[in-house]
Amino acid sequence: MNQPAVYPVALEGLEPRWSRLITATDTRGDERTWHVLDSHADGPQHAPELTVVCVHGNPTWSYLWREVIAAADDRRRVVAIDHLDMGFSERTGTVRPLAQRIADLDTVISALAPTGPIVMVGHDWGGAIALGWARRHTERVVAVAVANTAVHQPENASAPSIIRLARSPGVLGLVAERTDGFIRGALAMTNAMPPEVATGFLAPYRHRSRRAAVAEFVRDIPLEPGHRSAATLDAIAAGLDALAARPTLLVWGTDDPVFSDLYLRDLRARLPHADVHRVEGSSHLVTEDVDFAGLLFDWLDQALGAPTAPAPPSPAATDRRPAWAALSERRHDSSVAIIEPAGASITFADLANRVERVAAAMYAEGIGPGSRVATMTEPGIDLITLVYACWRAGAAIVVADPGLGVRGLSRALRGAVPDVVVGNDKALAAARVMRWPGRRIATGSGRLRTGDASLAAWADTTAPPPPTPGPDTEAAVLFTSGATGPAKGVVYRHHQLETQRDVLAGTYRIRSDDAMVAAFAPFALYGPALGIASMVPDVDLVRPGRLTADALEAATEAIGATLVFASPASLRNVVATAGAGPRPSFASVRLVLSAGAPVPPALLRRSLEVFPAAVAHTPYGMTEVLPVADIDLAGIDRAVAEAGAEANGVCVGLPVAGVRIAISGFDAAGFAEGDLSTAAGSTGEVCVAAPHGKDRYDQLWRTERSSSRTEGWHRTGDVGHLDAEGRLWVEGRLGHVIHGPSGPVTPVAIELALEDLDQVAGAAAVGVGPRGTAQTVAVVSLAAPPDGAVAPPRSRRGPRRDRAAVAPLDLTDAARAAVADATGADLAAVLVVDALPVDRRHNAKIDRTALAAWAERFLAGESVPPP
Amino acid sequence: MTGATSLLGASVVTALRDRGADVVVMQRRPSGLSGVTEQLGDITDAGAVARAVAGCESVVHLAARVAAVGAEAEFIAANVEGSATVVAAAEAAGVDRFVHISTPSVAHAGASLVGAAAGVADPGSAIGHYARTKAEAELLVLAANRPGFSAVALRPHLVWGPGDTQLIERVVSRARAGRLALVGSGAALIDTTYVTNAADAIVAGLDRCHDVAGRALVISNGQPRPVEEIFHRVCAAAGIAWTPRYVPLSVAANAGSVVEVGWSAAKRSDDPPMTRFLAEQLGTAHWFDQREVQRLLRWKPAVDLEDGFAALRTWYVGAS
Repeated sequence: MNQPAVYPVALEGLEPRWSRLITATDTRGDERTWHVLDSHADGPQHAPELTVVCVHGNPTWSYLWREVIAAADDRRRVVAIDHLDMGFSERTGTVRPLAQRIADLDTVISALAPTGPIVMVGHDWGGAIALGWARRHTERVVAVAVANTAVHQPENASAPSIIRLARSPGVLGLVAERTDGFIRGALAMTNAMPPEVATGFLAPYRHRSRRAAVAEFVRDIPLEPGHRSAATLDAIAAGLDALAARPTLLVWGTDDPVFSDLYLRDLRARLPHADVHRVEGSSHLVTEDVDFAGLLFDWLDQALGAPTAPAPPSPAATDRRPAWAALSERRHDSSVAIIEPAGASITFADLANRVERVAAAMYAEGIGPGSRVATMTEPGIDLITLVYACWRAGAAIVVADPGLGVRGLSRALRGAVPDVVVGNDKALAAARVMRWPGRRIATGSGRLRTGDASLAAWADTTAPPPPTPGPDTEAAVLFTSGATGPAKGVVYRHHQLETQRDVLAGTYRIRSDDAMVAAFAPFALYGPALGIASMVPDVDLVRPGRLTADALEAATEAIGATLVFASPASLRNVVATAGAGPRPSFASVRLVLSAGAPVPPALLRRSLEVFPAAVAHTPYGMTEVLPVADIDLAGIDRAVAEAGAEANGVCVGLPVAGVRIAISGFDAAGFAEGDLSTAAGSTGEVCVAAPHGKDRYDQLWRTERSSSRTEGWHRTGDVGHLDAEGRLWVEGRLGHVIHGPSGPVTPVAIELALEDLDQVAGAAAVGVGPRGTAQTVAVVSLAAPPDGAVAPPRSRRGPRRDRAAVAPLDLTDAARAAVADATGADLAAVLVVDALPVDRRHNAKIDRTALAAWAERFLAGESVPPP
Repeated sequence: MTGATSLLGASVVTALRDRGADVVVMQRRPSGLSGVTEQLGDITDAGAVARAVAGCESVVHLAARVAAVGAEAEFIAANVEGSATVVAAAEAAGVDRFVHISTPSVAHAGASLVGAAAGVADPGSAIGHYARTKAEAELLVLAANRPGFSAVALRPHLVWGPGDTQLIERVVSRARAGRLALVGSGAALIDTTYVTNAADAIVAGLDRCHDVAGRALVISNGQPRPVEEIFHRVCAAAGIAWTPRYVPLSVAANAGSVVEVGWSAAKRSDDPPMTRFLAEQLGTAHWFDQREVQRLLRWKPAVDLEDGFAALRTWYVGAS
């Protein structure tokens, strides 16, 4: 029996005025009534310039799009349509396969009489319906945005098991119709949906009689050939090239058990021009987990706005030196290029030859420009061979750092979607277990063959040399630290890496008779590119803090090192284990370079006692641009002396050749949206323009847009200022700025002042309270008392937390005075903890976000475990 | 000015007198203040109030019954009916600036306040006779605001200073007796107000009365500190060695549990039993967003906490 369409009751986030009923005659000749949410239901004052049509899937309704509708304005109308038998539309009691759904959409869009061009937006099966309509109306459609949807069952994907289960006889009627289990299951596919929002989603489906179409939609998924809707879906999939000239956005929750990353890959293959924004950790209802409306309109502004200036031309091919150029030049050189800690070595001639052969074999197997190769092997001859062979063949390397942990690594690799994973037996076993995408190729030889080919076999084949990849070919996908949130993929093209190599060579005056020991992962790859011999010392790169002076000495001696690259953690342990005895090979080191985390000047100073002939440099940069600036110990001392009491933060030096640095100041609300400035002393977000910077973030459209919103510049997320000499001082991370009543307060200077106190081992400055009136709080860990001193009693009477406390009065006084003196900031509280929480990857960066959340609760009087 | 005998009242009188104002003070007992006109009487006595406000341009209404315990009728008489009497007399006398001294607890029922806004007074959810009657008083004063009669409510939070016999001396006497305990972790951030800062804000409230008419504004030093630190500083100023001990919030909040000092404790009554309200006051954060009030009143605290505690120390040294 028919049930009429109805208006929804009052629901969270929904404006009653959006709700309207549209009656029209469907293609079967029946009069039907649709419920729609229409930003312009009251009748627009002017005809909008653009209409955004939103199409929900199953088992949701137009409530899904409430924030998109709320973001409409005079120029842009947003309408969201409830399918017949869904939401608050009429219950027709009829079966409406995919083709009919698309025809219905056409009927209701005509009845809505949209003005101006149309943007189609869809989610779940609404995405397929929206795409099905869009490909036939390319004259009206100017852009398409879909989220977690599909138009095709990928060959290598079994149907989503939940859908298979739901489709099995006896189950479908039970979960989808007789109960609201299917709907509740779908609503669980978000990160913590507020109950009032869940109520909104459930509102039209309260009674079994209103849920018939929920089951019907599931039945309409063409899982088997010959299904009534299979031909329609195939036609949509095959016809998507009609949208090739239309801006397209794919938004994807990565943890969707229904539409996994495989479906995203399928859509990207069909819509190769699409912008992609993956939301790491989000599930099927990705629109509930992110600011989807903000993302959509940001994207529309760019996609439909004035065309941006074409990208600056890459360096002319004639004066270009490819990444492997120095290696090629030494292809007849029988001197040693790489030594492994266990003793294996290879000459430049053999390495050049091996790279050429592997590159040719890869290319012959179809691995070339456009391919991505995950390099899951420890630094050494195999890794170097693979990296340079990939570049030579035109494939991009995907360098996932084991320091991300298995989960982080898995996320990174699933996101980057390598075509090939090259690794040792262990890595390939993990690849299989964790279902990392890509063909698996084994390194090593004579061991268990876990891949379908091996690097050794490739090195033995003879194939024609591949064509030289162009400078715009993708060269690498690297990953950010993941210290705060999921690691982000960062894409580099060849010309960017080539410039980076030249910047490194120029900044550190590297010559072909230099030799390098690199205990710092990224630099370990660069020996052949720089044309110098290189070696990685015997240390687990996941635990760089265990590098001993003996292990480093063995490496410097073996390779005859003049350059030592080490993370601060490595350098700290080398200094600690060096002892007093002479180490002759250290005396030939001319440059010690430390990066990856802030390097205290005291550490550089002590390292010079270990390397008596060296200068100690520390570059500043990030995964997205490295290096940005550089400074040596003498430079730091000079900068600190010149700044005197005005010093604020850590001086990281002058920009390296080709790099420009500017500051985007804070606006009245404390957001770094100011015009770029190089004025001395003004604090804001550090912005960098560098030819060797990233090409883009990988499949993170909005993150990329935000970081590069100032054309030609990368916003680093660091906060700092330039001094009168043009040196950059870093004052902290943008996300760690304390927005107090007198304006933004940056943490680094406060922390330096605190760490200068004898009692304090480590310190973090965090904000508590609302943005704009936040109070500054110091959280410190204490230095061990001097030998012979008696530690103050930690336990106190009463049921008290053990490992976090308000600092004693003398420490509070000293801390407050030191901070006020150095920065003018007023500490509301000084708290003592046993240990400050640090991120696992670097074991160095204090997790200030977690610490701030803890301090907020602790200082509110809550009983909360120590951070 | 009503209620001039309190620490804050005396400080306001001093600030007004220092800038040459003619001040009439009204309270039940002689104030001991010099250079003012005294009008003895009770604020519930309409005749006495009318005599006091006669010829005045402005009224600062500070008198109130402040206690954690006591009969409800006494609170209603002093705080609600008394305020109504003062407002009516002021309007009748042609007063055009009326500054009503209120308390943050009129709008907040003990929950944790972290950078909070002032909020609207709410007798329905206020806890205890004092807060409820002060909430009603504030509402009736602000309801009287109209062109020609500018009324504003200022809510100083935890006023203290040298010579304070209530808040400071209560902490000190308990510490001396070895009975000063902290509720919960002692880490809760609490805003306080040094007395001359509160007085300056009240004078600024008179000056800007027409600009801020109808508003309720919280006043504090804008320097929240952990309760434990505040107790430490008070004890240090008084020259007392104090070792903190801690009573769990849940224990303190249960009726019949230990009774310890309360910042908002009685002024005229004996020590109250530990109430849930008091436990929450001492065990949860209470600090306020001071940006708006500082902008509107064009006022900033002149004495920071460090200087305030130094003055307290000097006072105790001089007193001993």
